[in-house]
Amino acid sequence: AHPGTSLCHQMLFFIRAAILIQNWYRFTMARLEMRRRYSLSIFQSIEYADEQDQLQVFSTLLFFFPFVPVSHIFTSPSVSQVVDEGLYLTEFEKKIDVPDSYYGPRLSFPLTVEDANALLHAFRNEQLLHARYVLQLLYETRRVLKEMPNITHLSTSYSKEITVCGDLHGNLDDLLLIFYKNGLPSEQNRYVFNGDFVDRGKNSMEILIILFAFLLIYPNDLHLNRGNHEDYIMNLRYGFTKEVSKKYKDHGQQILCLLRDVFSWLPLATIIDSKVLILHGGISDTTDLDFLNALERNKLTCLLSSLCSGNSFFFFFFLKLKSLMQPPKSVRDRQDQLKERIPTTRPSKHTAGKTQHISLSGSAEPSGSNLPPDPALKEWKQILDILWSDPRSQNGCTPNKCRGGGCYFGPDVTAKLFERYNLKMLIRSHEFKPEGYEISHNGKVITIFSASNYYEEGSNRGAYIKLNPELIPRFVQYQVSKVGTIESSALKCLREKIYAHRSELTSAFAQYDLNGTGRISVNDWAAAMESVLQLELPWRMLRSQLAQTTPDGEVDFMSCFYDLKIGQPIKEVQPALVETLCRYRKDLEIIFNVIDKDRSGLISLEEFGQTWKLFASHLGIDVYDESLDKLVLSIDYNKDGHIDFNEFLEAFHVAELVGCLGSSPSCH
Amino acid sequence: AISDGAVAEIEKKIIEAFEVFDHECNKTVDVREIGSIVRSLGCFPTEAELHELLAKVEEEEPTGHIHLEKFLPVMTKVLLDRSYRPIPEDVLLHAFEVLDEHKCGYITKEELVKYLTKEGEPFTQEEMEDMLSTALDPETNSVHYRDYISMMIVDET
Repeated sequence: AHPGTSLCHQMLFFIRAAILIQNWYRFTMARLEMRRRYSLSIFQSIEYADEQDQLQVFSTLLFFFPFVPVSHIFTSPSVSQVVDEGLYLTEFEKKIDVPDSYYGPRLSFPLTVEDANALLHAFRNEQLLHARYVLQLLYETRRVLKEMPNITHLSTSYSKEITVCGDLHGNLDDLLLIFYKNGLPSEQNRYVFNGDFVDRGKNSMEILIILFAFLLIYPNDLHLNRGNHEDYIMNLRYGFTKEVSKKYKDHGQQILCLLRDVFSWLPLATIIDSKVLILHGGISDTTDLDFLNALERNKLTCLLSSLCSGNSFFFFFFLKLKSLMQPPKSVRDRQDQLKERIPTTRPSKHTAGKTQHISLSGSAEPSGSNLPPDPALKEWKQILDILWSDPRSQNGCTPNKCRGGGCYFGPDVTAKLFERYNLKMLIRSHEFKPEGYEISHNGKVITIFSASNYYEEGSNRGAYIKLNPELIPRFVQYQVSKVGTIESSALKCLREKIYAHRSELTSAFAQYDLNGTGRISVNDWAAAMESVLQLELPWRMLRSQLAQTTPDGEVDFMSCFYDLKIGQPIKEVQPALVETLCRYRKDLEIIFNVIDKDRSGLISLEEFGQTWKLFASHLGIDVYDESLDKLVLSIDYNKDGHIDFNEFLEAFHVAELVGCLGSSPSCH
Repeated sequence: AISDGAVAEIEKKIIEAFEVFDHECNKTVDVREIGSIVRSLGCFPTEAELHELLAKVEEEEPTGHIHLEKFLPVMTKVLLDRSYRPIPEDVLLHAFEVLDEHKCGYITKEELVKYLTKEGEPFTQEEMEDMLSTALDPETNSVHYRDYISMMIVDET
């Protein structure tokens, strides 16, 4: 304030200054919010694109009806139960020795609260539970789960509140935090965990152990619903199988085999007071709760389980599936696409260009009507729908193009189901929510997601629901953090995708660069990025992070690829081969895991060569035998005719130049 | 005169920003997100100006959602007219200096809270707490505004 001005004048200065600061602050916060949102958008887009690839495998299987009997597809592998149920505990004691040097928890059955506390204590200190106890626990869990119906009915009449938790995805910290804030499970403190306990996070095994332990101690008070990730094939791709194999080198195979069966015995849904339906994904217009309650749920371990025996028949299937679902988009296809102008408004998220996708739910017809009336098929679809569907605000029931399975269901579908079964509320999970929960369909549908920082430190809150005897929900959220790391992590994920599509992108850019100047307009750059990557991201907003511009505002498009290189220099390999290996790394990982029956991490050079040739020819890639042989030989470090495929695949993980970004974990 | 190409470019930018907040992909956003969208397009509207803008894009009977088809023309005009100009860094610095009565380079927590929650377009308690969580130096219980501004200034492109 200047001396000599009137008081009124001075006040004006203050007010104006205040307004300026407030205005600027709100501007800055809004921009941070935008950056946070598009970072999450990046993660979600890439995740859904991945998931869609996965589920395509499931639904296309049906096209092979004439060749493979359906019953063969759906039966679970024979887990031989040579031993009488009651004797298996002692069998394990005889067969598996626990050394004196083991200081972890030693469980004794039947389990007590002391055992549960010992487990919690051990896992907080990053100890592992010995394989013998894991196996015993899993057998006991299966025995108990077998007694349960497909749909559990609960009543609030004799307890205070029931707590409902959503996806945990291997985040042990979140489970421990929930128990800390809300208390351990007990007769007075009942819990329902709504699926997706495993994959992505690094403590899926520990979460299962804790949940199963409490299930055994309080079978009437801790309830589990199956999620879409309680599934063998999902686990192969999303990390749980790897976690178990690493933690349990000797018995991992046995544990995984038993887990497949245990997962298939998990109940499908829970209903509270006949009014609140709790299940993992959602519903469809054909969801039939009576039918669901009556079917034999354990038969549907996983669609591909009986085919995963590592023979060539399987490969034919697996690769054929890929070709039916999504023909490889060759560069030529892309060029053709570009010649027609890309429309400015996109129909809806995640569907651009994926018109060739065929999902089980059919295209325009009501779900299920275009399928043969096979009962096993109906069972499969009913379960698929409740494990994979997502609510949307538009009326109707349409195929869930984003995920590739289940459907999008509108408020009318919800209303009809509620009317039919006299329900009041649907609690589901399955979808990431920044606040940990979301209410939709006029308060009738609640999404609850309990894995905080799901994508990255600071990406989202987790939450759980407290349901009182009047069935009014109360939400408890946890975990807040800053924006910075999510954005850099999301961009890192995105750059990896960009690198993996380098040659297609370069062609797409060239289409717009008629004079060969190396520069194109922002508009053209954005259109090219979207047409190749199909992630429906705000490219103009991201541009400054992804490419350099010239002083007159054009994009130097090759600058997208600066600062990107693969982790380990591999000499004498065609760039196209490297790029392809990057892109299909996850798929190759699954195939290798299946070939590697004994889980040694090694496959023979011959097996690798055969696999790669099949895969590459299916994708329409020309791979000269010599370059592949050279590549493979360079990976066979000890020259014993076998390669460690994990090491091989690691070589094709895209890394940033050292010093570019912080050490955020890679995108899965 | 502005070319059609430039207008189309502006419209694409607006649609992109809008779609980030359009969770259900049905061309609507929650009315409470409009502020974030307008600001992320580079504009500095005051709260009063935002309310004016909202009045132009809301439905006759407010539903809590804003449609893209109403928002797009209004926002295009805002960008073409360059309404809601940015606040240059030096002006921002001067604003802080005005509040710093003794010109010592910092403002005490009490003073800052007093001004920002009582004057101008007052902060909510949550906004005030959020700002203090990054701006406040706990040892001196005051805000060294030059450092704070440098930390917060986002690079524009």
